[in-house]
Amino acid sequence: MSEALAPAAIVVTTAPMLELAGVTHVFDVSRPWLQRTLAREPRRTLRAVDDLSFSIPRGTTLSLVGESGCGKSTVARLSVGLMEPARGTIRFEGEPLSTARAQPALRRRMNMIFQDPYASLNPRWRVRDIVAEPIRTFGLAHGSAVQERVDALLTQVGLAPQDGEKFPHAFSGGQRQRVSIARALSSAPEFLVCDEPTSALDVSVQAQILNLMKDLQQRLGLTYLFISHNLAVVRHMSDQLGVMYLGRIVEMGPADAIFAAPRHPYTRLLLDALPDLAHPGRSRTSVGGEVPNPIRPPSGCTFHPRCKLANARCRAERPEQIAAEGVLVACHAIEEGRAS
Amino acid sequence: MPLLEVRDLVVEFPTRRGVLRALDHVSFAIEAGEVLGVVGESGAGKSLTGAAIIGLLDPPGRIAGGEIRLQGERIDKLPPEKLRRIRGRRIGTIFQDPLTTLNPLYTVGRQLVETIQTHLGLSDAAARKRAIAWLEEVGIPGASQRIDAYPHAFSGGMRQRVVIALALCAEPMLVIADEPTTALDVSVQAQIISLLKRLTRDHGTAVMLVTHDMGVIAETSDRVAVMYAGRVAEIGPVAAVIGTPAHPYTEGLMGSIPSLEQRVARLRQIDGAMPRLDAIPAGCAFNPRCPRVFDRCRSERPELMAAGTTQAACWLHAGVATNV
Repeated sequence: MSEALAPAAIVVTTAPMLELAGVTHVFDVSRPWLQRTLAREPRRTLRAVDDLSFSIPRGTTLSLVGESGCGKSTVARLSVGLMEPARGTIRFEGEPLSTARAQPALRRRMNMIFQDPYASLNPRWRVRDIVAEPIRTFGLAHGSAVQERVDALLTQVGLAPQDGEKFPHAFSGGQRQRVSIARALSSAPEFLVCDEPTSALDVSVQAQILNLMKDLQQRLGLTYLFISHNLAVVRHMSDQLGVMYLGRIVEMGPADAIFAAPRHPYTRLLLDALPDLAHPGRSRTSVGGEVPNPIRPPSGCTFHPRCKLANARCRAERPEQIAAEGVLVACHAIEEGRAS
Repeated sequence: MPLLEVRDLVVEFPTRRGVLRALDHVSFAIEAGEVLGVVGESGAGKSLTGAAIIGLLDPPGRIAGGEIRLQGERIDKLPPEKLRRIRGRRIGTIFQDPLTTLNPLYTVGRQLVETIQTHLGLSDAAARKRAIAWLEEVGIPGASQRIDAYPHAFSGGMRQRVVIALALCAEPMLVIADEPTTALDVSVQAQIISLLKRLTRDHGTAVMLVTHDMGVIAETSDRVAVMYAGRVAEIGPVAAVIGTPAHPYTEGLMGSIPSLEQRVARLRQIDGAMPRLDAIPAGCAFNPRCPRVFDRCRSERPELMAAGTTQAACWLHAGVATNV
C-alpha cells in the first residue's frame, strides 16, 4: 500500500499561511511561593508543546489529533496569538505573529472557532451584535451596511436573517455553532483555527457543521488549522495531519498517506482503538496504559511505557523526526527498521 | 420470559406551561445475558429510559403509564425502600463520569465493601477479600494496596474500572451503563469496553448500554434500539440496524458518521434538528426531516412494525412483508 504513495513535500508553497518553527510552550504549574518554600520544592513546569514545527499552505487544512493533555489546544491558542510561545517562531503570511497581530489589517485575517458553543457566545448579546462586533471593530462596514453584512453572513451559515434578533439561548447546539462560524467569518478572515468545533455536537448535527465548513473552505478559499480528538472527523477534513503525543508531533504528513499506512506505534494504537462500524461485534485491539502525567513525562521517547517496540534506546534517547516517503515520523524502531 | 420488559413506558414532566411527554410509549425487552444498545441524539430520551427503570427519575419527572417488569415482577410501582434493594443487587449502574459516581471522601475499598455487605451480607474480612478480588478482576494493578486509596488518586480510566467493579460486585443480573466511555480518551475507551464485554459475558450479566456512539454499540451489542424524540424508531439485531437500516432516521444517522475507510466529499446530513418536547409534530415525529415523507406520516403516528429483520416505526413498511 505504502509504495503507491508519491513522496509529497511537507513544506509546500513558498508563502504558507501559517508557519511554526521549533515552537515550545511551558506552563508554570508550581505551587504558591509560600507553600513551595515551606516544602522546599523547586518550581514545576509543564511542557505543553515541545519543539513543534509545521506549516499550512494556503487554502488547505492541517489537522492535529491526539488524546487529552497532548497539547493540541495550546497549539491552537499559540497559532492565533492568544499566547506567546516560550521559544520558537510563528509566522503568519511570512510575518512574525506578534507583528501581524499588531496590524489590524493582518489580524482580521485570522479567527477562531471554539469547542463549546454554549460558553463562547455572550448570553446577553443578540446574535446580530455578536456577529457584528468584529465588523465594527475592524471598521469593515458602517451604518446600515453592517446589518446587511450580518444578514448575509447568517444566510451563508444556514441561518435566517431574522435569527439575528434572537439571543443565543434560543438556539440549539448546532445552530449556536453556526453563529460561532458566522462570527468567525465576519472579519473576512483567510485563516481559521478550529478547536474541536464539533465535539460538543450530536453526529447528525456534526455532519451539518462539517459539510458547512468544507463548503465555506471551497467558496472562500479558507485555510484551517483543525484540532480534534476524533480520527474519523480528521480523516474527513484534512489535507495534512499531525499526530501529537505529550506535546510533540510523533507523525506528520499527508492525511491520506498516514491513514493508508500509519507508521508510528501511537498512530497505529489510535487507529486500532477505534470501533469498526463495518464489522459489528469485532473487538478492538486494546492497548494498555493511559497518557502519562505531562508534568513528569517519561524519559527518552515519551511513548515508550505503552509501546510494544520499546527497547533501551527508546527509554534513554528522544527520537528526532525522520522523513519516510513524505511522512515525518519520530520513532527509533522505525528508524532502525524494527517496526514491521 | 425476558429478564427485563418495558412496555408502553410513558414519562412526563409537568411544567407551568403544560405537561411535557419525554418518553412516549417506549417498549423493549432484554433477555438474560443479552447486550441491548440504546442509541440516539441528546434529548432522545435514552438516559431517561435508564433512569425510569431504576426508579431514579429526577422530580418532577414521573412515570405516567406503562409497566416495567424485572423477571416478570413489576418494579415501576414499588415503594422506594423495596426499589433500593433492587438497585445494586439486581440492577447495577454505571454512569458517564466516574468522578461524580464515586464518593471522594471514602476510599474505593470502603465503597466496594459497603456495597458488597449491603447486598450480600458478608463479614468484614470476607467483603474486603471480595473487594480486592474485584479490583484485580477489573485490572487495577496492585489491588491489595490500591484498595485503600481515594478516588482522586486514580486516573480517569482506572476510576471507571472501579465504577465497573462497584456496579458488578453484588452480581446483578442487569447492568445499566449510561455513556460509560464518553468521558474517556479513545485508547482508554477501548480498554473499558473490552473489560465490560468480558466481565458481563463471564458473569452472564445482561447490559443495557446507553450511548450516542454508534461505534461503541456496533462492537458491543447484540441488539440495538434507536431512539428519536422519546420513542423507539427502530429496534433489531445490531448488524441489521447498522448494515440495512429500515427507518430513514437510522439511515441518516449512519450516513452522517464520518468513516475511516473511505473519504467522501460530503457527509450525508439530516437537515434540521430533533424537535423540542413542547413542539413534537403530529404523526411521525421525524416527518419534517424525513426525505421519504408522505401524507400518512404527517397525520398518523406509526407504531413499531416488522421491517425485514428489524422492527421500525415507519409507514414505509406498512403492509409490506419484507422491504430491505
